[in-house]
Amino acid sequence: MSDYILETKKLSKEFKGFTAVSAVNLKIQRGHIHALIGPNGAGKTTVFNLLTKFLIPTAGTIHFNGTDITGEKPADIALRGVIRSFQISAVFPNLTPRENVRLALQRKLGVSYHFWKSDSILKQLDGRAMELLEDVGLAEYAEEITGELAYGRKRALEIATTLALDPELMLLDEPTQGMGVEDVDKITALVKKVSANRTILMVEHNLKVVATLADRITVLQRGAILAEGPYAEVSQDPQVLEAYMGSAHD
Amino acid sequence: MNKKIWIALILLGLLAPFVVYPVFMMKLLCFALFASAFNLLLGYTGLLSFGHAAFFGGASYITGHLVKNSGLTPELGVLGGTLFAGLLGYLVGSLAIRRQGIYFAMVTLALAQIVYFVALKAPFTGGEDGLQGIPRGDLFGFIDLNQVYSVGGNPVALNLYYFVFVLFCLGFWIIHRTIHSPFGQVLKAIRENEPRAVSLGYKVERFKLMAFVLSAALSGMAGSMKSLVFQLASLTDVSWHTSGEVVLMTLLGGVGTVLGPLVGAFTVVTLQSELSSVGSWITVIIGVTFVICVLLFRRGVVGELGRLLKKSL
Repeated sequence: MSDYILETKKLSKEFKGFTAVSAVNLKIQRGHIHALIGPNGAGKTTVFNLLTKFLIPTAGTIHFNGTDITGEKPADIALRGVIRSFQISAVFPNLTPRENVRLALQRKLGVSYHFWKSDSILKQLDGRAMELLEDVGLAEYAEEITGELAYGRKRALEIATTLALDPELMLLDEPTQGMGVEDVDKITALVKKVSANRTILMVEHNLKVVATLADRITVLQRGAILAEGPYAEVSQDPQVLEAYMGSAHD
Repeated sequence: MNKKIWIALILLGLLAPFVVYPVFMMKLLCFALFASAFNLLLGYTGLLSFGHAAFFGGASYITGHLVKNSGLTPELGVLGGTLFAGLLGYLVGSLAIRRQGIYFAMVTLALAQIVYFVALKAPFTGGEDGLQGIPRGDLFGFIDLNQVYSVGGNPVALNLYYFVFVLFCLGFWIIHRTIHSPFGQVLKAIRENEPRAVSLGYKVERFKLMAFVLSAALSGMAGSMKSLVFQLASLTDVSWHTSGEVVLMTLLGGVGTVLGPLVGAFTVVTLQSELSSVGSWITVIIGVTFVICVLLFRRGVVGELGRLLKKSL
């Protein structure tokens, strides 16, 4: 198997004549935490949505583990082990956290279409669901209404739900966006903890988080790759500094 | 939910024909099942169909035709109507679930209007007159559904009532089971956050379509029952008024609650029959009731009650 879990070639996306992403060649190494950064409007979220198939590329290809997944649907790549999170916390608000996690575990039982069975057969998943909630520090909130949880806890729940699928590749869309300082530290530690044995690609605004977590960084600007490399290297790149600060010297 | 409530409700249903006018009670059961089937879609999947009369009315025509012109027994007539509604649901659903929100509602409405047009023009539906004088026949070939018993001096078709009651319980049980099944869990997930359900690997179109077919088939069952009770399948059953009425019942009673549609159907049917003397003003009265309901308790009667009791009813 190749060393790269995800590879894009000349990935492009145009919206009615406006090129949001142009010829992006991205290589994500297996086992890495890879961060995608860049100023506002650089096309990070567009790239992210292309990778998760929520948008269809105008040109270019996406390979996952050597297989061309360019033409697949979002649910298909989820079955391959590519699971995404969302910028605005994606939970099922009127269910409990336990049910949220269980929904991710449920798919493997193969009974999801069985409308004639009682949902008590899902109880066998409760143990695993509680373990996952424990992992993200939510065990004591397992029976609350998810919609009423604090924002940081919702994001933690989202990560627990994503982990329940045991994804090979986790795609995190701004995991710390809109959080207070304490929550940022918690989530950073959590991402670090769950990164063992898997690959993570994250879009992130907070450079401190990126510096702590990322093995490798890709900087996007105006839809194209500006620089790529380890944080220490990229953060000294004059072009990157200019893109972020508006000046190479400060 | 509490077992005691269920036992009490079943006992009420069994004893009802001795207390309440049975035809009224049967009408109530038909609409309660219709509203519950509709609620499966709106309340638990988040899909607002504005064409459910096509399934309700379509099945009532098919049942009427089967027992009147083909001489089938009533249980086969109901089965035929239900299957027809399920099939029709598959066709309508396959087209409609490609769109979301208001567009979904519009597609269902448009397709239901086609069914209405067919009911008006097709040779076997009786046009404006509808299918009249549908025989109730003999259940399984030997239980006469027309048989009346004297209850307190009034003739009551008890056989028919209990047949309708058993069908209602069956339909309601299927809905209840669906809601509380692994499938129902995924439906709730889709209602709550569709993109997230997709990203967890669920092919949401299939789930939506299955829910649509189930809901359509059970709505059809309610329509089939209705055609046997009133011995009539008419254009009213397939008209968009009926589609609107079921939305009203569900919202009034409490969308996304198990008992809400029952309460909603009870309220609307009772209002209609108690106020039938005031003529067309009834529309205004029901309209005002609806507006008050939406303004004062947006979750519907049962929804608000559930919130007060902190229980899901």
